[in-house]
Amino acid sequence: MKSSKAALWLFLTPVLMWLVLMIVLPHIDLLIMSLRGKDELGKPAWTLANYMNFFSEPIYWLTFVRTALYSILTMLITLVIGLPTAFYIAKVGRARFQGFFMILLLLPFWVSELVRVYGWMILLRESGVLNFLLIKAGILNKPIEMLYNDATMIMGLVYTSMLFMVVPLVSVMESLDDSLIEAACDLGASKLVIWRDIVIPHCKPGITSGCIVVFMLSLGNYLTPNLMGGKNSLWFTEQIYNQFIASFNWNQGSAFGFLLLALSSLIIWAGLKITGQKLGETAS
Amino acid sequence: MQNDLSIQNLVKTFGEFKAVDNVSFDVPQGSFFSILGPSGCGKTTILRMVAGFEEPTSGVIAIRGKDMRGVAPNNRPINLVFQHLALFPMMNVADNIAFGLKRRKVPSAEIVRKVEDVLERVGLPGYGQKRINQLSGGQKQRVAIARCLVLSPSALLLDEPLGALDLKLREQMKVELKKLQAKVGTTFIYITHDQSEALVMSDQVAVMNRGKFEQVGAPQELYREPATPFVARFVGDNNAWSGKILERSGDDVTIRTNEGFTFRAQARDACAAGAPADLFLRPEAIRIEPKDRQGLNMMRLSVKAILFDGANSRLLTATPSGQELLVSLPQNRKFDHVRPGQEIEAGWHPESGACFAANPGQTLADLAAQTGEEGVAP
Repeated sequence: MKSSKAALWLFLTPVLMWLVLMIVLPHIDLLIMSLRGKDELGKPAWTLANYMNFFSEPIYWLTFVRTALYSILTMLITLVIGLPTAFYIAKVGRARFQGFFMILLLLPFWVSELVRVYGWMILLRESGVLNFLLIKAGILNKPIEMLYNDATMIMGLVYTSMLFMVVPLVSVMESLDDSLIEAACDLGASKLVIWRDIVIPHCKPGITSGCIVVFMLSLGNYLTPNLMGGKNSLWFTEQIYNQFIASFNWNQGSAFGFLLLALSSLIIWAGLKITGQKLGETAS
Repeated sequence: MQNDLSIQNLVKTFGEFKAVDNVSFDVPQGSFFSILGPSGCGKTTILRMVAGFEEPTSGVIAIRGKDMRGVAPNNRPINLVFQHLALFPMMNVADNIAFGLKRRKVPSAEIVRKVEDVLERVGLPGYGQKRINQLSGGQKQRVAIARCLVLSPSALLLDEPLGALDLKLREQMKVELKKLQAKVGTTFIYITHDQSEALVMSDQVAVMNRGKFEQVGAPQELYREPATPFVARFVGDNNAWSGKILERSGDDVTIRTNEGFTFRAQARDACAAGAPADLFLRPEAIRIEPKDRQGLNMMRLSVKAILFDGANSRLLTATPSGQELLVSLPQNRKFDHVRPGQEIEAGWHPESGACFAANPGQTLADLAAQTGEEGVAP
């Protein structure tokens, strides 16, 4: 009994140290920083002004709303593409091809996100591969700029997040008994009904966890919106970056960071409430 | 009488392997038809083809006279009870049963009435709001059957639905299924590798082996007059000898077994004098210490063990040359004196010994291996 407790602590210590030193302590520091400001006399003082700025300046909260909505859109598109993909890998591909498909899915993630985004830029830019091919084929007579708009940015985000949706979906779909699908079919159900009444209810835990991960990853993404979205597609992480690096206003930046954490948690909580899910029931 | 299901020359091959090899049979309306065979004999493939989950390589499947070629499973007027039942865990009992009715766009008031009605019929009134995981094995069984019966199918296909239950419950469900079938009058087509399930419940049993039907008949017929060595071996217990026919007149034969017995028996196929043959004898055909020995084949046996099993008790005995024989031991207290190690006289009537021409490609040992899983609970 005593030795097992000692072993438990032995294993817990690195995790706890990592949690406390790398996550809890810096966040406490950031939290304190976000609550600091200057009073009328220019002396350091406790204040909520950094948080108030977010609500009083439309550019800030509008950026956040935009970021949240686009993240939700990314999440939905990823889900719609991910469901049939996962079904194909788990149920149609079967043992022989399943490993192969998973490697295909993983392969792009062996390259860093930066390289992947530049890959897309090579394809899509005005002098890029796609424009070249379209002009050669006679479909276009002069190249068009495909980068730096919202649609391209969403596509980039979907591409970046796809793995994190498909993996949990494949794992829940594998646990779906084939005979349930056959039974539904036998009882007269069409494909649509089988998806609606059998597959999706069964996959709920995987859908929930996939959606949460994709939403959070999109919301906190910096590279893809920055590089593919261009000037008009301002992302909330860029606002935080600007505060820290451009304006050198660490207090404001920390406040934004905490707002991002609080508001995204709120959105996920609301999402779980609306769909009647519990966080504990989600699968990885 | 009209046939609910009529199958003609059905063939299914998977690559080189012939899973179902030219099978034909008819199932009359309202009957309980079983397909009995060891695992891997192709019986589940037949069922899946009837349900529409597999496409036959060739042959005709007709349900109530209508050819089913090209009809999708969700449009066939038959329903399948799956081996592991496949109840939808995300729905309650009532929603499970209503699933098929909703697909047929039945008005919701009628659905409620029909669901209650069918739950009543399978003996689960008031269970509609229960979750699937709240039910016992036998209750799940009945919900799975109710879910199909509510659609009034032309025939109900059952794929070893009792396989997952424990022995006691299986015995009970056998009787219940039989009663239920008699009550609702729906045609049941039942797949099993358990001979007792098939014999107890069915009106007609087809014994299947290696993709072919060996014999189709009433349970009594299969038991009393097996048409092939496989049926003799697979349906019920049998003692077996290899030997050679000495002479044959009509169906009466004299056979000399390899260990030296000379028996009189009945020929069941074209086994001719001088040809090698196999002899099968049921344990209950052997009488211990018979009073009237006139016309009986007699032999001396030494008792190796008493296999007490209530009404189904047997003696494990050995012939002088060491071949083991099962002899049934009636529990009428007449044989209480029999002890292991003792020598007994045993006799049997020539009518009860069945002779088949030996098949050079299929020795008795091969047969035993093929039918080996008989009686093994999964």
